[in-house]
Amino acid sequence: MAFGEDALDWGPAFDEDASARRPYLELAIGYRLLAIFPAVRRILQPILAVAAGLGLGLAATAIAGENPWHVLVILARGAFGSGYGLGMTLFYSTPLIFTGLSVAVAFQAGLFNIGAEGQLTLGALAAAAVGAVWPGLPWPLAPVLAGVAALAAGMLWGAIPGWLRARRGSHEVINTIMLNFIAAGLASYVALYVLSNPDSQNPETRPIGAGYCISQYAVFGGAPVSAALPLALLAAVAVWLLMSRTVLGFEMRAVGQSEAAARAAGIDPGRIQILALALAGGLAGLVGVGEVLGNAQKFKVGFSPEYGFMGIAVALLGRNQPAGVVAAAMLFGALHKGAADLDMETEHLTREVSMIFQALIILSVSAEGVWNWMSARRRAVKGVKPVGAPLEPGVAS
Amino acid sequence: MIRDLLGSTLRVSTPLIFAALGGMFSERSGVINIALEGMMLVGAFGAAVGTLATQSPWLGSAWGMGAGVLLALLYGVFVIRLRANQIVAGTAINMLALGLTPFLCKIRYDVTGQTPAIPIGDRFQSAPLYLSWALVAICWLWMKYTRQGLWLRFAGEHPEALDAAGVRVNRVRWAAVAVSGALAGMGGASLSVFLSSSWARNMTAGRGFIALAALIFGKWRPVPTAMACLLFGFADAVETRLEGAKLWGREPIPVQFIQILPYLVTILVLAGFVGRSRAPKALGTVFSRA
Repeated sequence: MAFGEDALDWGPAFDEDASARRPYLELAIGYRLLAIFPAVRRILQPILAVAAGLGLGLAATAIAGENPWHVLVILARGAFGSGYGLGMTLFYSTPLIFTGLSVAVAFQAGLFNIGAEGQLTLGALAAAAVGAVWPGLPWPLAPVLAGVAALAAGMLWGAIPGWLRARRGSHEVINTIMLNFIAAGLASYVALYVLSNPDSQNPETRPIGAGYCISQYAVFGGAPVSAALPLALLAAVAVWLLMSRTVLGFEMRAVGQSEAAARAAGIDPGRIQILALALAGGLAGLVGVGEVLGNAQKFKVGFSPEYGFMGIAVALLGRNQPAGVVAAAMLFGALHKGAADLDMETEHLTREVSMIFQALIILSVSAEGVWNWMSARRRAVKGVKPVGAPLEPGVAS
Repeated sequence: MIRDLLGSTLRVSTPLIFAALGGMFSERSGVINIALEGMMLVGAFGAAVGTLATQSPWLGSAWGMGAGVLLALLYGVFVIRLRANQIVAGTAINMLALGLTPFLCKIRYDVTGQTPAIPIGDRFQSAPLYLSWALVAICWLWMKYTRQGLWLRFAGEHPEALDAAGVRVNRVRWAAVAVSGALAGMGGASLSVFLSSSWARNMTAGRGFIALAALIFGKWRPVPTAMACLLFGFADAVETRLEGAKLWGREPIPVQFIQILPYLVTILVLAGFVGRSRAPKALGTVFSRA
């Protein structure tokens, strides 16, 4: 949208001051209701979307000949019913917090990070490589070094599409998808030829040294919940601070809202884009800490059940806000764990059902059009001028 | 040896060509199609089920194409009608395909991993291969010389102009997305009924994305796109040959490096290091008459 037309529309803008100026009480109340509506909508929309997605998914299980209520009970009991179940839910949620934050940070800067999968693969590989090459390092130093390696590898893999977007103008969506495949190829090469585990037939690297292992919490009955969980929560707080309290965060959001306006304000959008994707990559790379140092103690090819792609759903459901991302990651982690139990406890369902649930939830959240259509109708009925659509990063630019 | 390699190149390129042409329809009309992968997967599944049910690969492929169209229409509802973000919805469609196919397989055959094997007599021998190349020629002529081909190109380049000419942009896009699903479905069908003997879990294994890469490499044009598919198919064929092969007592080159080649080439092309590839101007934008 050109600046000129935009400015023209600002006149009768809809804000609380305008409503206060109106002499008619009735109208003022109407405006006030609409003014709080976006806030209500922000909270309500994801909840309704989750309900719709779960409802449709359960309906699908009914087609398969299962009792939907029974399925829901198994899902809930599997995910929360025992210390071990809760632990597995948290174990799956941890990487999802990282990838969700990764996608959200990029999204705030107007970029689509489809590449979290590749970034987390290289992050985990880097952590495992450090642990396999220098197995003798002592405890406090070793995990920190491996964590930094994971962060750096992810950042590098994020900075590449950032640089390509900023300096060569090629779209990050395609580039990150391609880099996912390249990362998978590189990782399997390293795991098979460079650091292969001589004691195993599986494609995996040599185990890391004992000094690298981070603490696991015993309360979860053997589920591999490690110090990676607090690290993930810490990362969420850090992202919140960065995005809402620092100049860099402001610049990132400015570029996300409008590249042209940001440039006019003296920000170099290219620099911000590279930084944003590098940061996003680093966050995804930290998945390696939980997986390698807190769980497998080696890099296993194919360890991630598409955490990167699930991160897109997590960020979307969490409205790209750190707190929302954490909540959404918990939900998807619970779904993932609960669905694993469907394999054993039902006759017709398999763990892939969780993919159906997730897809339906994403689709429900993504259907912004339903909301716009509904609120447009409401406005038409009330005869209120429509409010401009919330700014969102364009897909093509 | 050389003839063998050429033959298998042509064979493994076939699904890529179908899917990439499908992607071309959607993307030239302005709708990004990340969901090619999912449409291929349901196509492969539908074709395997259809062939097992009807004992005819042709009818089976029609089932596969139908499955692809259904998924494409669902995609259309979200991205055209409800204006969902095309990348997000495409990702969700891929996930849906990945979850739905084993789900349905379990219901129908009571196994999740793969469908029962299709008897060799019920499979394609080489028909999809010829069909794919005929389709390349048809698409090229159609895009270049028909009015509808022009509509398609304008829907993606300059939808306002098309609208001003009295053609409904979103109707063109609906049609393009549906054709895209049918062709991607056929691509999947040629995987399950032509190149192998059943549908298997996640059998596309990224081929939808390779097709997308070929489309970009081929600058969104039919003939260059088909050539790109051949190149990527060649990489695939060489990789299969090299696996476990020894040259002077050692492996000549790790297969992983050949595996990543198509993706690397795509990035380089897109960045303008090797030629230049420009997307349709209105790709990924929502059209609405306001």
